[in-house]
Amino acid sequence: MSSQTRAVESWTLQPLTDFVRESSVRLVLVLTPAGQVLAQSGFARAVDVMSAAALAAAIVATTGELARQLTQPPFAALSHQGPKHGFFLATFMTDRGTLAVLAVYDLDVSSLGLVQLFYEQLAAELKAASPKGAVQKQVLAADFERELTDSLNTLFGR
Amino acid sequence: MSKALDLITRVRGVRGAMLVSADDGLVVAEQLMEGIKGGAVAALAASLAGKLRRAMDAAGTGTSVFWHLQAEQGALLVVPSGNAEGGILVVAVAEPDVNIGLVRLELLRAAEALV
Repeated sequence: MSSQTRAVESWTLQPLTDFVRESSVRLVLVLTPAGQVLAQSGFARAVDVMSAAALAAAIVATTGELARQLTQPPFAALSHQGPKHGFFLATFMTDRGTLAVLAVYDLDVSSLGLVQLFYEQLAAELKAASPKGAVQKQVLAADFERELTDSLNTLFGR
Repeated sequence: MSKALDLITRVRGVRGAMLVSADDGLVVAEQLMEGIKGGAVAALAASLAGKLRRAMDAAGTGTSVFWHLQAEQGALLVVPSGNAEGGILVVAVAEPDVNIGLVRLELLRAAEALV
């Protein structure tokens, strides 16, 4: 298990560790569409997790709204490729509610095809491992900051 | 594209042929027998092609023209078309005892047709 992979909710750890090993991605976040982080890999600083989670949540919300305006179901995945790095963002349903995975990869080491391939496996494993019958808690603005701080403390061992 | 793939899949022992984007490992076109996971083969082929290209660059041997990966239950045969980086890979998935020379010939013809 990579020492760089940490989870707030332990059931996410093994699937995420496998995903990182197999797809050779550089950074990964597993989060809720509200921006609550469940697990991360590759991030060295809490502030980077915070900004990546906020941006990913914003993209999920934006594309979700675009899909709604087009009377389409939410987009399954979004990929963006630059000259050296690519990122992949996708959402899927689990018993824990909708989850999003943000993966950043180096084009020299991995590829969109590999990331997509192993993402499908990750999503299936997270669906299978997610706590059954979990009540989906509504995210309240008043609790968000405290929950975020708790998550970051767990992820960075503070 | 489908004509090029037709010629490859017509060879006895070939179980499928694909055009794969070398850059991102995604399927561009495919003709596969049932049970072959196109996405997985495409990702594997592009990943290997990228690593091979870098290794060959480092070794100063120039770019690859054809490569053949023999496994216990089958073979993967690949011809990079055009510029290997950002180009198209012509890929055949075959049974282990396929006539490699014939598949290679059809792969090279298909790659030539793509340029």
